[in-house]
Amino acid sequence: MATGGRSSRSWRYVSKVLKVLVILGVAVIPLIPIWSMVAWLAIQSFSKKVTLGLVPLGLSIENWRFLWSPVRAGLKEYPNIWPVTINTLLLALGVSMLVVLVSTLGGYAISRIDFKGRTLLMEFIIALHAFPSIILLIALFIILNKLGLYGKGIITLIGIAIIKAGLEIPMSTWIIKGFFDSIPWDLEWAALVDGCSRLKAWKSVILPQVLPGIAAVAIFSFLAGWSEFLLVFTYVKDETYYTLPVLLYHMIGEFKFIDWGLLAAMGLFYTIPTLLFFTLTQKVLLRIYVGGVKG
Amino acid sequence: MLAKDQYLAYLNKVLGVLKEVKTRFGRFILLTVFLTPLLTMMALAWISPVVLTIYLSFTDLNIQNLLTFNVRLTLENFGKIFKYDPFVPEVLRITVMYVTSVLFINAIYSLILSIVLAYLIRNEFLSIFLRVSWLIPRITPGIIYALMWNWFIDPRSGLLNPLLQALGVPAEWLPRSWLLQKPYSQLLMIIVNGYVGASFGMIVYTAAIKSVPDDIIHAAKVDGASDLQVARHIIIPLLKWPILFVTAWQTLSLMASYEQILMIWGSGGGGGYRGITRAAGVTVWALYSYTKAFDDFEYGYASALSLLLVIIGIALIILYFKIFGFRRLMEPSKVEV
Repeated sequence: MATGGRSSRSWRYVSKVLKVLVILGVAVIPLIPIWSMVAWLAIQSFSKKVTLGLVPLGLSIENWRFLWSPVRAGLKEYPNIWPVTINTLLLALGVSMLVVLVSTLGGYAISRIDFKGRTLLMEFIIALHAFPSIILLIALFIILNKLGLYGKGIITLIGIAIIKAGLEIPMSTWIIKGFFDSIPWDLEWAALVDGCSRLKAWKSVILPQVLPGIAAVAIFSFLAGWSEFLLVFTYVKDETYYTLPVLLYHMIGEFKFIDWGLLAAMGLFYTIPTLLFFTLTQKVLLRIYVGGVKG
Repeated sequence: MLAKDQYLAYLNKVLGVLKEVKTRFGRFILLTVFLTPLLTMMALAWISPVVLTIYLSFTDLNIQNLLTFNVRLTLENFGKIFKYDPFVPEVLRITVMYVTSVLFINAIYSLILSIVLAYLIRNEFLSIFLRVSWLIPRITPGIIYALMWNWFIDPRSGLLNPLLQALGVPAEWLPRSWLLQKPYSQLLMIIVNGYVGASFGMIVYTAAIKSVPDDIIHAAKVDGASDLQVARHIIIPLLKWPILFVTAWQTLSLMASYEQILMIWGSGGGGGYRGITRAAGVTVWALYSYTKAFDDFEYGYASALSLLLVIIGIALIILYFKIFGFRRLMEPSKVEV
């Protein structure tokens, strides 16, 4: 019995060590590349030279020169960062606005109005959500071409915003529908009894209740538009109408031999909205869970 | 008298019908206002490209007849895929290897990871910190992820080779270029996408593990079960549906994914993705179709290549509805990150 107790104690010790090893091996050590990449991006963008990517040698803002002067590599001059940033911003805002408009309307209809084919429509939305849109790129290119939206500068960007919004809409409609679902019917009844029309009840009583949901969808679709690469890369050939990710794509191959600092600084510049919104979204999400009316 | 009664009844009836028509009409207007934008967008962005993909795969559309759209209906594209295109077998091999390996990470490795994060680690702060860290590859915009990897694997300034050497890997085992040398580049492709995919499984699994009642685990612990036994005999059996769900969902999205590969190899190779992905042996099926369309301008053939993916996709989705039913499929849509 005594020996049994001791061996079980040492067994417990061994199993504790094993547990720590498993935690380290599975969940911590594989993160070392990711952590070092993030650290590199931040450190490299503010120093001229770094050894092993992580130890900076001196502070410098020269990497950020793209903010005030044109970037050159050999004879090639890259497009100025600000118009490109505005393109990116317009694309993201366009996607976000379209998605919010369409999915708020559609989400309400699916959640509250009884019509023939409602279940079918819901199933269809879920199916689209699972379907990988990325393989439709060729057909979408032909459509864009036939609509005369290809190679037309800003009009092409508008076309891309519409397509991107269309691809995002099944998911966002579904999310908004969830928010409408959680509003009690009584609230809408009360408004209708008080003499509101259905449309007015929707606008003045129901819509304010789902504002957190709308905010979440707006942010998610804004970020989707902000980081959209493939559509712009494929459909926009004129450098003037590049967006930031496409500009970065073309610069990495050139500057990776000469100037990692510039790339890191541009990368960080481009990531700022994403970082900002993810801290904000947490608050919005918190409000979703804490506040509001729950059904 | 009688005539008046009849007349009134008749009038009432007409009024009733009119009222009915009015409410029905109002309802119809309401529905039209709310649903038209949604249906239009879905028709534009999803239904018409699917239909068009089917049509185009039976045509010889290419750069010459793109503008006139003077196409010929033909079955040649499929003959080319199944018989004549010498590159198809290799693409198929790469795709199968890619999908199965990344799927292993996404479904199985992330399961182990989630058990560690949600069950083994008791410190809530540490657990959240690690979970957020695992989400980084998914949250970061794709091109930044590509940039960071391009630095990390860089033979001169990157950290990967020094790290491996510090771990005792002999220098001559390490490639001069992770992007270009074949088994290494394919390993890189799997790892890069594995990091992104692991977090999807993690989100679904950790939520499921958290919902396992504490009493069951406590009871097992009191009976002397070890953590391993709890994981194997209690947690994993309860996660049967989430595992199936993650596997199903990821199979479909992996078969069609190529954006990350295009970004890393294309940007690392100086903008031209075609040659470098081919040399590195990372041309997966969907990327091959993309290359055929936008580099070789053979839109008809490229559509035929992606039609196969569309068909597999639709078949799998029908299968999912059969396996999971509508309810189960709907639930995870809210946790998308």
